[in-house]
Amino acid sequence: MCLAIPKIKAIELQYNDTVRMAKVVFGTIVKEASLEMVPAVKVGDYVLVHVGVARGIVNEAEAAKTFQYLKENGEIDELIEHTQVDRSN
Amino acid sequence: MKYLEEYRDAGVAEQYLAEIKKIVTKKWTIMEICGGQTHSLVKNGLLTLLPENIQMVHGPGCPVCVTPLNLIDKAVYLAEEKKVILCSFGDMIRVPGSKQSLLEAKANGADVRILYSPLEAVKIAEQNPDKEVVFFAVGFETTAPANALSVLHAQRAGITNYSILTSHVLVPPAMEAIISDEDNVVQGFLAAGHVCAIMGLEEYYPLVEKYTLPMVVTGFEPVDLLQGILMLVKQLENGVAKLENQYARVVPENGNPSARKIIADVFEVSNREWRGIGEISLSGYELRKEFAAYDANKKFNVQIEAATESKECIAGDILRGIKKPHQCPQFGKKCNPLHPLGAPMVSSEGACAAYFHFSQAEYAEA
Ligand code: SF4
Repeated sequence: MCLAIPKIKAIELQYNDTVRMAKVVFGTIVKEASLEMVPAVKVGDYVLVHVGVARGIVNEAEAAKTFQYLKENGEIDELIEHTQVDRSN
Repeated sequence: MKYLEEYRDAGVAEQYLAEIKKIVTKKWTIMEICGGQTHSLVKNGLLTLLPENIQMVHGPGCPVCVTPLNLIDKAVYLAEEKKVILCSFGDMIRVPGSKQSLLEAKANGADVRILYSPLEAVKIAEQNPDKEVVFFAVGFETTAPANALSVLHAQRAGITNYSILTSHVLVPPAMEAIISDEDNVVQGFLAAGHVCAIMGLEEYYPLVEKYTLPMVVTGFEPVDLLQGILMLVKQLENGVAKLENQYARVVPENGNPSARKIIADVFEVSNREWRGIGEISLSGYELRKEFAAYDANKKFNVQIEAATESKECIAGDILRGIKKPHQCPQFGKKCNPLHPLGAPMVSSEGACAAYFHFSQAEYAEA
């Protein structure tokens, strides 16, 4: 039940226009994904796809935060001092 | 995606490992809930790189592993006796039933198909109007929207020869069952990022508060997992217990409202039997009455006697984090991926299979 974050290539309607589907690319394979849960999505967006359903647009600003987190961890040094004091007690 | 590669970057992972080593002073037992996280931790060798003080135990988050034996027997029965086109995910098809797996039924002539999505099963039903098509719908909150949507697709398209055999389980009740157990060893949780991407965070705050147990909603890439562990260890070392979200790039506070609505429209919460754990109240989904026509259980009214579980398999202890796969006497001996005794050895998200594939040599000695 693999997960992937492909890019939306094209959008089409199916079942008498009741269903909105996208063509997405996983490596070299093109698959369909339902867009029912990401109504605001557009061609070119990255979406999290699981078992044939796109269920989230990936937020790039948030994606960058993991790397900022390390840099911002000056506070960690403080924490170490704190825990070491604790230990010697 | 701009950052996709970076999440597998060994340099960043090393920095996170170094930070974890720096701050950890005591022994901590941490459980990752989701089988996808277990798989990633083992595959990327993170378990052996973490400091000894951090003990990772692996939760019940492998949907295939917790699907009751009885339901597998039901699926086999539908394929063999009722001659339905029985579809499911690849892992599910290989799990041994009490007599045979779906894959073995297929080898004996049953029409069993491995699909990537339940939505494909609806198309198969459309193309085979003279046959019944059943999708064996297993999973956590993550697959619930897709399974619910398949029912809605069938309804909208007027397809009546499609139904689902549901075995849907929910994560928060299982977490509570684990932490409220008297044998519990878990001191902090990495909550499952993709479950929270659907359901949001609201169900987790009360658990954190009630059990004063820290939780970090975490993603699946090596860097995600290490950051999640670092955030959790920081809380533990500081005696803090709160809910944090490491995976905010995918997990909004409220989850995905469209997905939640589809789930709520199609399913209702019910008691559920978890293989290896037992019944947990209000821990699963059942189709609502309005959708009874799409419920394979009702449509075919299959009554099958409950089979007894193999006594040699200790999956129940594995799934609650009480034992590790290599502590099972059958691990790698009578039980291996070619001859699995239990589901955790079948699914790629099962802890036993993960240990077997990626670190057999190491754990065989331990
Ligand atoms: S190693 Fe095999 S027998 Fe042992 S718990 Fe895992 S699946 Fe069951």
